[in-house]
Amino acid sequence: MSPLKIKKGATSHSAYNLRPNFSDVQESHTLAIIVDNEAGVLARVIGLFAGRGYNIESLTVAEIDHSGNLSRITVVTTGTPQVINQIKAQLGRIVPVHQVNDLTVEGQSVERELALFKVEGTGDKRVEALRLADIFRANVVDSTLESFVFELTGPSEKIDAFADLMRPLGLSELARTGVAALSRGT
Amino acid sequence: MAQKMTGADMVIQALKDQGVDTVFGYPGGAVLPIYDAIFNQNGIRHVLARHEQGAVHAAEGYARSTGKPGVCLVTSGPGATNAVTGLTDALMDSIPIVVLTGQVPTFMIGSDAFQEADTVGITRPCTKHNWLVKETSKLASTVHEAFHVATTGRPGPVLVDIPKDVQFATDEYTPPAEADLGHYQPQVKGDLETITELVEAIEQAERPIFYTGGGVINSGPAASQLLRELVGATGFPITSTLMGLGCYPASGESWIGMLGMHGLYEANMAMHGCDLMINIGARFDDRITGVLDAFSPDSRKAHIDIDPSSINKAIRVEMPIVGDVAHVLEDLLNVWKARGRKTNSAAVKKWWGQIDEWRKVECLKFEQKGKVIKPQHALARLEALTKKHDRYITTEVGQHQMWAAQYLGFEDPNRWMTSGGLGTMGYGFPASIGVQMAHPDALVINVAGEASWLMNMQELGTAMQYRLPVKQFILNNERLGMVRQWQELLHGERYSESWSESLPDFVKLAEAFGAKGILCSDPDTLDDAIMEMITHDGPVLFDCLVEKHENCFPMIPSGKAHNEMLLGEADTQGVIDAKGSVLV
Repeated sequence: MSPLKIKKGATSHSAYNLRPNFSDVQESHTLAIIVDNEAGVLARVIGLFAGRGYNIESLTVAEIDHSGNLSRITVVTTGTPQVINQIKAQLGRIVPVHQVNDLTVEGQSVERELALFKVEGTGDKRVEALRLADIFRANVVDSTLESFVFELTGPSEKIDAFADLMRPLGLSELARTGVAALSRGT
Repeated sequence: MAQKMTGADMVIQALKDQGVDTVFGYPGGAVLPIYDAIFNQNGIRHVLARHEQGAVHAAEGYARSTGKPGVCLVTSGPGATNAVTGLTDALMDSIPIVVLTGQVPTFMIGSDAFQEADTVGITRPCTKHNWLVKETSKLASTVHEAFHVATTGRPGPVLVDIPKDVQFATDEYTPPAEADLGHYQPQVKGDLETITELVEAIEQAERPIFYTGGGVINSGPAASQLLRELVGATGFPITSTLMGLGCYPASGESWIGMLGMHGLYEANMAMHGCDLMINIGARFDDRITGVLDAFSPDSRKAHIDIDPSSINKAIRVEMPIVGDVAHVLEDLLNVWKARGRKTNSAAVKKWWGQIDEWRKVECLKFEQKGKVIKPQHALARLEALTKKHDRYITTEVGQHQMWAAQYLGFEDPNRWMTSGGLGTMGYGFPASIGVQMAHPDALVINVAGEASWLMNMQELGTAMQYRLPVKQFILNNERLGMVRQWQELLHGERYSESWSESLPDFVKLAEAFGAKGILCSDPDTLDDAIMEMITHDGPVLFDCLVEKHENCFPMIPSGKAHNEMLLGEADTQGVIDAKGSVLV
């Protein structure tokens, strides 16, 4: 399975920057974690974050290779560079973890999130919501005379911006998938 | 052709194929099929503990003293939950043990069945890895993988949870050679570029120090040999953590003693003043570093560790080397020799002059006077009278543990078994049983405090049943000595709940189990009493009544640095500030 760049028997140590970094600035990092798709593996990853007091800003997980029995977990987390390095190293210790990639430092990456917005209203507000949805290239996936459900895909900032605009126009429910991310290029 | 057998027989076959000769355990409903399989064979000896925690600590003692994985078999529910302290202890100290637990049958999992517990859920954070096996066809392979994971990389405890129907069902056995060991293959060779950088630093260093830890012992006997060669050839001073004692001989020329909170003055001062710190298999634990901001401020630091997460966790290092100690030391020696075996010997000689000045403080000096035995004196006499024996020492946790580390000398690895990371009271007695099982003819002594020893005293039954002549050397001060010491220093001498009320008569207690009890309270009869303990062929409970209010020094108080040690009672007034008092 070449798109994953997993060598047989490889460990994830290459992803670690072991040289000290003296900054105390909080950074947000997107980590892609390839794991065996087995019972309890998500609990191991989440338990690590909870047990060691690390932040999870966003988390997505799904099987990506049925024959290879692999899943990909994407975590957006924050911490000082030292904490981020600890998180990566600690993830690497989990036995079913094959590989940990820090998409924030390993070249450029694309990040996307999908969100569903339920907006309720009539009259001008309804028209304005539909107009803004068009500007944001959101799709209407459900409609009644008093409501829309919009589907929007994009970076998290775009989802945030659209949510801010919809709030005064009758946003009643919001569902977000969390971030999925891949590195750019080959 | 593959052999067909029941899951229970598979477990026994897999253990035999893994070279297991001893299993520590306790039966119960959910493991009865495996106990039935044990009944029908002779290759594996089962040792019946008196509590599952004792079984796990015994397996740890077996593992630490042999370098082989310890094996433990317990039932579901309370059997598994009682194993949790031992698992956590083994995780903190990187001890390879394999714990097999019974589980309710697969079709009852999740139904709150009798003696059901979410064992893999409960033990997830206290094992290196664990498995719930739901199919008999995967059972043997999983047990083999469990041994692989426990013993490779940074060793640790693993657990395999086996539902009862999986033990009863029949399927094909998978021998080790055909087992799927998964993708887990930790890196053992260090990065040569960084190793060369370290060699350059070794060549130039003026005030170098080797700071070694349990990783040297876990790496195996070759690592200790290579370390001795490296230390001998460079002439650099070497200190060690509590976990690493024995990796370099205490009688060795370059040995400057244990470091850390209760480490030797010269070792801590040398750590503080060095210009090159070479950490080999230690992890900058908080018992070692003291306050981080003031830790060894003027040194460049190298860190050799098989676990990348240990590096730059607490202390930032300039030369990180991920790899197995023996592999890295071999490369390090080769590179250093090829470049001409250079050191800055004039500067190092001067450095030794400074260390000798610090040694003159004689931080372990004590005076035995009067009719009450000082605990330090008891250990000094124990050392003198047992030194020449084929000796293994275990300890409980507290003041006695620190005094044992200070006053006993260890010449070889795997001779010193103590609970370092977790600090588990009740560890030492069952551990001594595991050690004696592995080394039937050796002199095995558990240095204990009376409070710790009582935490797993039920194992006296185990020692008697298997005729294990373990010696329980109890320094009885009728106090939780270390708690009392901290209350004296930190809590205005308010000794809340830190004395041992209603203590048993230890001699009668021993006799109740059929063991030998010895009471000693007089310094003049101490030697004879110790000799009586050593020569008795059987378990001995040695109740050594010692000075009740002795404190353990030197001590780096909480929130202080290596060069701010307390050396004795006179130094103790108001030394720990508000910030330090919240630390443990």
